[in-house]
Amino acid sequence: MTRQFKWDSGLGLLGLLLLFVGSYIGLFVAPAERYMGEVQRIMYVHVPCAWNAMLLYTLAFIFAIVSLWTHRAKWDAMTTAAVEVGIVLNALLLVQGSIWARATWGVWWDWDVRLTTSLILLLLFAGVLALRSFVHDSGRRATWTAIATIVAFVDVPLVYFCVRWWRSLHQVQSTPDTVAPMMVVPLRINAFAILFIAIWMMAQRARLELDRRHQDQVAEPERLAPVGGSSND
Amino acid sequence: MNLIGQVITVVRKDLLLEWRGKGRLISVLLFGVVTLLLFSFAVGPDSTLLRAAAGGFLVLALLLSSTLGLSESFRVEQEQRAIEGLLLLPVDPIALYYGKTLSNTLFLMLLAPVLTPVALILYSVQLDLSGLAVLLGLWTLAAAGLSAPGTLYAAMTSRLQSQDVLLPLLLFPLVIPVLMGSVKSITLILTGDPMSQVGSWATLLASFAIIYWSLCGLLFPHAIEEGI
Repeated sequence: MTRQFKWDSGLGLLGLLLLFVGSYIGLFVAPAERYMGEVQRIMYVHVPCAWNAMLLYTLAFIFAIVSLWTHRAKWDAMTTAAVEVGIVLNALLLVQGSIWARATWGVWWDWDVRLTTSLILLLLFAGVLALRSFVHDSGRRATWTAIATIVAFVDVPLVYFCVRWWRSLHQVQSTPDTVAPMMVVPLRINAFAILFIAIWMMAQRARLELDRRHQDQVAEPERLAPVGGSSND
Repeated sequence: MNLIGQVITVVRKDLLLEWRGKGRLISVLLFGVVTLLLFSFAVGPDSTLLRAAAGGFLVLALLLSSTLGLSESFRVEQEQRAIEGLLLLPVDPIALYYGKTLSNTLFLMLLAPVLTPVALILYSVQLDLSGLAVLLGLWTLAAAGLSAPGTLYAAMTSRLQSQDVLLPLLLFPLVIPVLMGSVKSITLILTGDPMSQVGSWATLLASFAIIYWSLCGLLFPHAIEEGI
C-alpha cells in the first residue's frame, strides 16, 4: 500500500519548490497593480486556492460516484481526502479573500457572490465530514459519505446562481490578455504548485484513511455488542 | 402493486399515523408560532421594519419547523424497530422514499394555513386573495424543495445519536437556494412586485425541487441498502 503512493512525496516537494518560485516572482518581480497597489499580490495565492478548491470538490464528486458504484474502500478514502483538502483550501480562500476585501473594499466581509458562495460551500462540505464522523460502520460510512458528497456538489451551481441573483460586488475576473505578462507567470506557477501540494496531501490523507479502516477491521472482534444488545451508531 | 400504488400506501400510512397521533403536527405548529413571535421581539415593535422582514421570518419559521417535522418522521419508524418491518416488506425503496417525501411535503404545507395568518397579523401585512394564492403556491414549492433532501438526510441520521445536530447541519447550507428563493419571492408578494420578479424566483424553487426529488430518489435505495 505504501509503495502505491510513493510518487506523492516527490510531487509535494516539487509543489513546495514551485510555490516558493511563484511567490518570489509574484512578490518581487511582477509589477504592482495600478489601482490596488501592493495588496493585489495576494492574488497569486488567492486565485490558485480558489481554482484548486473547486477542482478538489469536483474530484470528490467523481470519486463519490465511483465509490457508490464500486463499494471499494480506496474510492471512499479518495472521496474523504478530496473533501478534506478541498475544505482546507476553501478556508484559506476565505481568509485571503477577507484580507483582500479589507484592503480594497474597506470591510472584512461583504455579501458578494463568490465570497458568499465560498462560505456556503465550506459549510456544505463540512457537513459531509460531520456526518462521516458519526457513523461507525465502515460500509455505511462510505456509502453515506458518497451520497452526502453528491448531494452537496449538485447544489454548487444552484447556490452560485442564486447568490448571483441576490447581489454582486466582486470585480470581474481579468484575463491573460488584460494584465501584464509577469502577472500571469506567478499565477500559473502557483496554481500548479498548490495543485501538486493538494494531490500530495490527498494521497497522504487517503493512505491514512485506508490504514485506519484496516485497523478498525483488525480491532472489530473486541467491539462486538453482547448477544441481544442493540448496535446503534 | 405498482410503484404509484406503493407510494400512495406509504403516504396513507403516514397520514393515518399523523391523524391518530396529532402530537407532531400540533407541536411543530406551536413551535412555528413561537418562532414568529420571537423574531418580532428581535426586531422590536417598529411595524415598518417588521413588514419588510415578514417574508424572511415566515420562511425561517417554516425552515426551523421543518427540521423538527422531518426528524420526527423517521424517529417514529425507529420506535419498536418499525423501519425494519418496513424494509422487509415487498415495497420498492424508491416508493418508500417518494411516499415519505410526499407525506413530509404535505405536512409542511399544513403549516401554511396557521403560520401565514399569524405572520400577517403580527407583522401588520395586508394581502389580497390572489396574493394569498400565489403565496401558498410558493410555500408548496418551498415545502417540496425542503422535503426532498430533508427526507433523505432524516432517514440517514435517524439512528445516529446526534440527529438533532446533524440534520440541520447537513440541511441548512444545502437548502440556501430554497431559503433565498422563497424569502425573496414571498417578500415581493407581501411588499409589491413592480418588476415582476416572482416568476424567476418561483422557477428557481421549482428547479431545486425537481433536481432534488430526482437525485434523492436515485440515492435513497443506496442509503438504506445497509439498513438505517
